[in-house]
Amino acid sequence: MSRDESKLLYAESHEWVDLAEEDGKAVGTIGLSGFALEQLNDLVYMELPELGRELTAGEEFGEVESVKAVSPLYSPVSGKVVAVHEDLPENLEKLNDDPYEFGWIVKVEVSDANSVESLLDHAAYQKQCAEAG
Amino acid sequence: MTIELAKTPLDAWHRANGGKMVPFAGYDMPVQYESIVTEHQACRNAAALFDVSHMGRLRFDGDGSEQFLDHVLTRKVADLPIGGVRYGLICNEDGGILDDVLVSHVETPSQRRFHLMVVNASNREKILHWLTPLLDDFPTVTMSDRTELTAMIAVQGPAAMDACKRLFSFDPTRLKYYRAVITDQFAKPVIVSRTGYTGEDGLELIVRAEEANRIWENLLLAGRNDGFSAAGLGARDTLRLEAGMPLYGHELNESIDPLSAGLGFACTLKDRAFVGSQALQQIADSGPSTVRVGLRPEGKRPAREGCPVLDREGQRIGEVTSGGPSPTLGYPIAMAYVDSANADDSEFKIDIRGKLVDAKPTKLPFYKRPRS
Repeated sequence: MSRDESKLLYAESHEWVDLAEEDGKAVGTIGLSGFALEQLNDLVYMELPELGRELTAGEEFGEVESVKAVSPLYSPVSGKVVAVHEDLPENLEKLNDDPYEFGWIVKVEVSDANSVESLLDHAAYQKQCAEAG
Repeated sequence: MTIELAKTPLDAWHRANGGKMVPFAGYDMPVQYESIVTEHQACRNAAALFDVSHMGRLRFDGDGSEQFLDHVLTRKVADLPIGGVRYGLICNEDGGILDDVLVSHVETPSQRRFHLMVVNASNREKILHWLTPLLDDFPTVTMSDRTELTAMIAVQGPAAMDACKRLFSFDPTRLKYYRAVITDQFAKPVIVSRTGYTGEDGLELIVRAEEANRIWENLLLAGRNDGFSAAGLGARDTLRLEAGMPLYGHELNESIDPLSAGLGFACTLKDRAFVGSQALQQIADSGPSTVRVGLRPEGKRPAREGCPVLDREGQRIGEVTSGGPSPTLGYPIAMAYVDSANADDSEFKIDIRGKLVDAKPTKLPFYKRPRS
């Protein structure tokens, strides 16, 4: 089953979040958009957060590095980190091919439902990307 | 306010071929086309073409040109034969590095001789302003800025020389390393020099601006079966870092002298007086304060420019000047300045954005091409 990118929410800083209910709790799965990955290109390193860390929407939770640059990862939602994709940093070359399934980075148990309200839907995010060229 | 960026004669080609353009030293330059890593590997395994037209090209004509250049350069060039190329530095009176340059001595088919100095793009204006008043004492020497009239293309890699064998009237495989010649392609002049900034064998070509596209296409065509690729500034930087070559604005600036930068080989101090020579002699006598070292941080996370370097006890003793992943070696590498007292330390630590990472000193260059 592949994640439908048109049904995801996006932060202006290019993270996607897939909101779903797991065991009666709202859990957001977070990754980096295909557009952002294409811009970054040639990834060499990824720093992940620790399990259990409390994040506030907009807070930096890790970083991804390409050959040229370091890019911070920002959490699109507030909540506790309940899962971390530990295999990802060793398999960064797969990330570009599959940003929405294999490319999930963390899962966050959303503590503040309001924190998702400022996120963009797919159409609005695409518009932002088109304007960025 | 928008700053008008200069364009190289190959600008349209870059755009038509997916070049990701970024401002660099006042020019709109391709940082990459498809991928920095792919372009880097093309250079190491086949050959890569670089548009380096942004580099400054200054020509010196007239009697006394070699005396003038000898007066402003750390390295002796008065004895540079026709066809010779030499790397040197321009320093201020305090020995601070204003630029690192290549000087060639060439002769036209009509036996006109001149010197050509290639300077960093970011320093071109500064060097023009620095040299102009110094020329007052050399009234027979004229300096002309040829940058905008010409283009400069580097073709670098193990397959570069063979592919260029028949491109010009003169077969460039006959050139030795650090030699240059004026030849032609279809009767249009080309300055060919066996130099580069990648650690690979290859050529740097200077042609009239209007010939740039033809030469570029000819090079791509000549290497079509060998895997030639155009490469941007991104790959140029990762290649020169692997080759342990300093880059102005990173390893080199006005507050560092050539001896502390590990460029003593480019300073001829004995029996010579030149701008900055007294200061450099003093530094040579007392010993340089820093050394440039290669470092290999443990793990996969690259150290970047500005990361503090610590000794084993955690004392800050230096700073990373360039760092990133090495596509050829598969692990991160960095160049740094550390205090001379720590020159022979066997362990360092690098503070990578708050995390201390062990780093081992590595002899420069990190990468040396296999001898053919």
